[in-house]
Amino acid sequence: MGLDIRWPIGLMFSLVGLLLTVYGIVTMGDAEMYHRSLGININLIWGIVLLIFGGLMLILAMRSKGSGGPPK
Amino acid sequence: MQVTLTWLDYLILLTYTGFVVGIGFALRKYMRSSSDFLTSGRSIPTWVTGLAFISANLGALELVGMAASGAKYGIITAHFYWVGAIPAMVFLAVFMMPFYYGSKARSVPEYLKMRFDERVRALNSISFAVMTVFASGISMNALAKLLHLLLGWNYHASLWICSAVVLVYVLKGGLTSAIYTEVLQFFMIVLGFAPVVYLGLKDVGGYSAMANLLKGVATNPSSVHLRDAGISYGPNAWTSAWHTLLSGPANNPMGVDWFAMIFGLGFVLSFGYWCTNFLVVQRAMAARNMTAARNTPLVAAVPKMLFPALVILPGMIAVALMTIPSKGYRIPAPILDNATYERAMTAVAADAALPPEQAFKDISAAVGKKMDVEKVAALVKDYAAKPLTPEVFRDRLWNAVAEYDYDGVILSMVKRYCPPGLLGLALTGLLASFMSGMAGNVTAFNTVWTYDLYQAYMAPNKSDEHYMRMGQAITFVGILLSIACAYFASMYNNAMDIIQLVFAFVNAPLFATFLLGMFWSRTTGTGAFIGLLLGTATSGLVHALTISQGNVPGMKGGYLSVVHTFPSEMAQNFWLAVFAFIVCFGLTATISLATARTKSDDELKGLVYSLTPKIKDEGLAWYQRPAVLGTALLAACAVLNIIFW
Repeated sequence: MGLDIRWPIGLMFSLVGLLLTVYGIVTMGDAEMYHRSLGININLIWGIVLLIFGGLMLILAMRSKGSGGPPK
Repeated sequence: MQVTLTWLDYLILLTYTGFVVGIGFALRKYMRSSSDFLTSGRSIPTWVTGLAFISANLGALELVGMAASGAKYGIITAHFYWVGAIPAMVFLAVFMMPFYYGSKARSVPEYLKMRFDERVRALNSISFAVMTVFASGISMNALAKLLHLLLGWNYHASLWICSAVVLVYVLKGGLTSAIYTEVLQFFMIVLGFAPVVYLGLKDVGGYSAMANLLKGVATNPSSVHLRDAGISYGPNAWTSAWHTLLSGPANNPMGVDWFAMIFGLGFVLSFGYWCTNFLVVQRAMAARNMTAARNTPLVAAVPKMLFPALVILPGMIAVALMTIPSKGYRIPAPILDNATYERAMTAVAADAALPPEQAFKDISAAVGKKMDVEKVAALVKDYAAKPLTPEVFRDRLWNAVAEYDYDGVILSMVKRYCPPGLLGLALTGLLASFMSGMAGNVTAFNTVWTYDLYQAYMAPNKSDEHYMRMGQAITFVGILLSIACAYFASMYNNAMDIIQLVFAFVNAPLFATFLLGMFWSRTTGTGAFIGLLLGTATSGLVHALTISQGNVPGMKGGYLSVVHTFPSEMAQNFWLAVFAFIVCFGLTATISLATARTKSDDELKGLVYSLTPKIKDEGLAWYQRPAVLGTALLAACAVLNIIFW
């Protein structure tokens, strides 16, 4: 199948990671909201983790074009 | 007690949904034949089939149920992984995959037909097809109910929307689409839950602080209402996997002896599930070549080995948190209905004048559950001083219930730790596990139906296009049937328990049939068929004659007569499997010797170990050889067992 699954995975996690990161930056210092997560701005931290993961998947997909799918 | 989702949470959910549906559409153009649709045309790389293999098994019930067991039994639950799953997966990869893949069978029942005869195939495919639909329905009902109770989501909406999403991507892209989305779902589940577990662990003060708290729980589990008063275990009962097991069934929280654990769970049940269940084996069969097929379960074993940290640990954290009053956490109580609240309110109002013991008895009877003495007394006192609003009353009464709905552990942790944003991610992870389990069931069901029942017995010799259409139609029907089963499960809880019990009977002897079939050429179809039937009957009989402590004869066993009492239901299940396996093994072997062979050595080539040329791995780099990888995995698994000894 001509689809390399790393593309959608990479794109989706980059997108979700971006959403969380931006939201984390906007809500920085909102002590009430982050009281639940023990005072940690978990959106920012985890958003960055997801961005890195998504980016990694995209890089892997780009470097080996097609090999995530079968030979045509 | 309910949480509201923000626009961001919904946006994350929508993004995920968009991507899984998109994958279905992107693959649509490759669905040209029935084999593209139902078996992926054997074209998928190893790491993809490997992660799908594990993801199809990681349904919502696994996620929810393992956390529940982690709370109820502690780390001994990890035996489902480190004694059960991993060795079975290695065995499948090294010894069994060559026959499944090499025989060119399109399904497990089809392999049984090649190896034995139509009878064995019919028996296996019918029981498998019925089982998958029910399993899917039961799991869907459980999750939709949980989402309703703990998040206030509409039961019908969760059920139908999730089903519709799965239907779209499976219908468009077939098995390939199910497998590809399972990989995406795998990462979603892991990345969605990891931060929750991290926050929980941090909250409780780290692993060693948690282990310390659990020591107190183990010696006095009634302090947090985990067991009845008077029950006590060794201090490491919740935190050691083997010490507590080896000290006997009375001394471990699961109430299981080591033989039932190792032979019953580790050998019979786990090998039976991982090596013969088409739901998982199908993923390996879709691999692009023999090496990829054999390495699929091995790739899967790596994350599987580490999963206890993600799925069992939250349950242990939950129990440890309950011992710290300042944290204000408890595992949710079973949900009470309106009539119960009203009965309780009348009782509380009337009982203010009664002596406390009498009032407590009264109120417990009105609620019909075990209650916490102090909380009930406080409630009666406060209510007498000034009648509480219905909302406050409900909340306090519910909190005074000293029983737990352990299945609520995971969601209660998500609610406790996730701010908006992360909440959406974690819930998406939960829904991803829901969908991956469902898609797994549906794709296994449609293949078995189309090839093993429809093509084999109803409409042979039709065009491939015909079977392709049938595959698509039955995907639709399969999902509708699952939804019907979910509603059935929500209405007739007891009927569902009986159905699940019957499935346990059917599954228990299965591995004996495969073991003899694959490794002994003398095994005959008649032997396999009768052995399988009577093995199933044996588990039914053992169940009818035994019971576990604390249960009354009836649904839970012992309805013919009670010959033996097991210390726990878990022990009863494991021993049942042991007996079924032994009877099936013995009978299949004996009857095979007494009946004439119907298949010649030549016909069994590629189907039986001794008659199949050994696969040469010399051409492969050492790190690609299944035997080497399998050994390394077993060693790693042994190390984990020792660390948590």
